[in-house]
Amino acid sequence: MQFLLNPWPWWVSGPLIGLTVGLLLVLGGHNLGVSSSFRNLCAIVLPKSRLPYLARYDLKANGWKLIFVAGIVLGSLIAVRFLSADPVEFLPAHYHSASGALKLIGGGFLVGFGTRWARGCTSGHAIMGLSNLQLSSLYATLSFFAGGLAAAGIALLLQGAAS
Amino acid sequence: MKNLRYLLIGTYFGLVLTKSEVVTWHKIRAMFYFREPDLYLIIGSAVVVGALCVLWIRRAKPRTPFGETVAIEPAPMHRGLFFGGFLFGLGWFITGTCPGPIYAQLGGGEFFAVFTLFGALIGAYAYAWLQPRLPD
Repeated sequence: MQFLLNPWPWWVSGPLIGLTVGLLLVLGGHNLGVSSSFRNLCAIVLPKSRLPYLARYDLKANGWKLIFVAGIVLGSLIAVRFLSADPVEFLPAHYHSASGALKLIGGGFLVGFGTRWARGCTSGHAIMGLSNLQLSSLYATLSFFAGGLAAAGIALLLQGAAS
Repeated sequence: MKNLRYLLIGTYFGLVLTKSEVVTWHKIRAMFYFREPDLYLIIGSAVVVGALCVLWIRRAKPRTPFGETVAIEPAPMHRGLFFGGFLFGLGWFITGTCPGPIYAQLGGGEFFAVFTLFGALIGAYAYAWLQPRLPD
């Protein structure tokens, strides 16, 4: 039982994450993706928007996405409440501050803007798209890492300059 | 019942995401600083299993329990993959979170993920607003 309560190693969790692609296709008839839920949420919050991106969005056909992400919330709650020996540290303590909140809003903006422009995120492109051998998803995944590694380089330079 | 399955599959996905710890800031930093190979191995093995699922579905052509056909959608090539992908990568590093983990953090009791989600929705709205003026 103890091994279930510890963090799961990559060779367990990686294949189980990949299995989501098959489960969602075979049981649900849909392709894995999470970031399109932002479009759902925007269209729901702003039902009278005349922006074509929101007004032309078929909320009924895409409604399953919100149910799916509600499931992610529930699944993580179960993992933390019933399947973890130690508390999970999602964000480090220094993010729990006003400056941390600003960083999360600014970074979150890039996540929302970028994934909608790229029409997919780590789930839709890096997992679903690569599983389907899509060259476009490979370019997207490489772009994700180019952005992340560029930010990592800048962060290291700034730290070096500060010390 | 038809919608319950999405809740169940999402629950499975959220549970596995949190147990794999890909939803934590320090794992994402460890990936981008090449401190540990875990995230690369997780994505790699997920793609191998996902590809086997896709291969089997293409051969067996199953239907869902509700009789719906299973369509595997192509991902078209466009310029936003590069521009948007790069911007998302920056945000991924800053927040230590990609879209799935935002929801997982919320469920796991990380209140500050509300800020990440708020930012993401503003970002998605900004995209909706700028879309006619951006390269596709």
